[in-house]
Amino acid sequence: MGTGKTIVEKIIGAHAGKEVEAGDIVIAELDFMMGQDGTSPLAINALKEMEVEKLYDPWKVAMVIDHSAPSPLEGVSALHDMMRKFAKEQGVKLYDIGCGVCHQLMPEQGHVVPGNLVVGADSHTCTYGAINAFATGVGSTDLAAAMASGKLWFKVPETIKFVLKGKLPIGVFSKDVILFLIGQVTADGATYKAVEFTGPVIDDLSVEARFTISNMAIEMGGKAGLMEADEKTIRWVKEHSNKPFTPVKADPDAVYEKVLEYDLSDLVPQVAKPHTVDNVAPIDEVMGTPIQQAVLGTCTNGRLEDLRIAAAILKGKKVNPDVRFIVAPASKEIYLKAMNEGTIQTLVEAGAAVVTPGCGPCVGTHNGVPSDGENVISTANRNFKGRMGNGKAFIYLGSPATVAASAIEGKIADPRNYLTEGDSQWS
Amino acid sequence: MELKGKVHRFGSDVNTDYIISGKYKFKTLDMNELAKHVMEDLDSDFYSKIEQGDFIVADSNFGCGSSREQAPLAIKYAGIGAVIATSFARIFYRNAINIGLPVIECDTSGIEAGDQLEVDLKKGVIRNLTKDQVIRVKPLPDVMIKILNDGGLVGHFRKYGTFNVE
Repeated sequence: MGTGKTIVEKIIGAHAGKEVEAGDIVIAELDFMMGQDGTSPLAINALKEMEVEKLYDPWKVAMVIDHSAPSPLEGVSALHDMMRKFAKEQGVKLYDIGCGVCHQLMPEQGHVVPGNLVVGADSHTCTYGAINAFATGVGSTDLAAAMASGKLWFKVPETIKFVLKGKLPIGVFSKDVILFLIGQVTADGATYKAVEFTGPVIDDLSVEARFTISNMAIEMGGKAGLMEADEKTIRWVKEHSNKPFTPVKADPDAVYEKVLEYDLSDLVPQVAKPHTVDNVAPIDEVMGTPIQQAVLGTCTNGRLEDLRIAAAILKGKKVNPDVRFIVAPASKEIYLKAMNEGTIQTLVEAGAAVVTPGCGPCVGTHNGVPSDGENVISTANRNFKGRMGNGKAFIYLGSPATVAASAIEGKIADPRNYLTEGDSQWS
Repeated sequence: MELKGKVHRFGSDVNTDYIISGKYKFKTLDMNELAKHVMEDLDSDFYSKIEQGDFIVADSNFGCGSSREQAPLAIKYAGIGAVIATSFARIFYRNAINIGLPVIECDTSGIEAGDQLEVDLKKGVIRNLTKDQVIRVKPLPDVMIKILNDGGLVGHFRKYGTFNVE
């Protein structure tokens, strides 16, 4: 048994000011913290109850109005108003409606860099593991304590390492990889654990595609979904942030709870069936299932590359007349780029309804609540019953390519029929 | 702390969307209002079946999914005395302790709907009065006991102004 450290042990140790190993409970300094409109109002109330008047460091805090944005209801408007006032009073950066999804904005706007320790009051905060940050979701009261003290307590998690070998076939994407892995280890396969993703498959992916994988670490129960920083990561981060950083690598003799190896050269497109994310099937098993709504977007798959893949499939074609195709770019920046290069035009010409950058219909608050008995195919990360606002609807999860192909056919479709060798740049 | 009540039984992977749906939680901070919709997508009239102090008993991975603190809050405000499960999702577990809802990890395989339980949190023991069984409970880490004893994380910060758990 080695004595080396995992990525998470090194990052937490560096922020706790001492050597740590899995199982230790420590107080650690935070580099950044974030709340969204579903969680910040309770955190603001908790700060009041804690009798905290000034935040420890408002420069380390951002709040994002993305989950119900713009507000669909009076009650929501009141909570948004509360966030705006708080941000102004405390000097906290607020990303208001239309800026985008919190998990796109934190790395894109340069708040998070490799080696950071970050908490967010949203479970998909694990997304930033893709750029080598230990980032994890917390609740509102933990966020309040973090904003008050600049610190939080952590139990240093054990790590499960995924070694992903081979080369993804055309039409198979990072979303298919993470759905496949969740299907393998199930919804609580990594509970209380950190996850490291490594191997040639990860090396081949763009940073954008890697975010998709880390984003869904929580769907196997993971506390974080970490990757090492390679040249691509460093280039991407420098394009987005001026903060200094030091990437953190796992030691070659790091101690893992387990190491799981997969060769993904023969992977086929994967779909998570209702009503759990680990209910994963290969595309052939669900092909032909009629759909009434298709959703492209969210913190999982609303990035420029995702929109481009969908546009490549939809160019010159029409969305099936029985399907509503909803597109929510993950940020304003992505929206503008996609508009300037014509990607948005392609999608709209094909029949897409583009909604405000943000969470879109993923959380069931607005932007496309399905009707009773309807089937939805979505690029989101959760398909729980009622997730999109109707407990009598059925949600399937797939890659942007699978969603685009399905939108054309009006039923779940295999995207490989729409992609050729020339499209391999995205795999 | 001694708790006594009857069991409402759930299975594995009860996620926070089931506990309180996103369509409600964004609207209001009135927890009494949210509590009326607790577990609605799994059992549409669950709220009306709860008597003060009853227990939710589940299998593995209770509270998986989103980080919404409204989930343990809705359970607490619905009158549930404690959630007992084979295992919990990490964020839900922290949130429950932070807001002062007891969460208990133990083998729940022998507990059925309607059983009467008596829970002694201090001794770490559950007595199933219906089945005449005693179940040992997995102890909480010290840091969580300290936070619970201060009435949750808000109480802890009111007392110390920062973390005082090491």
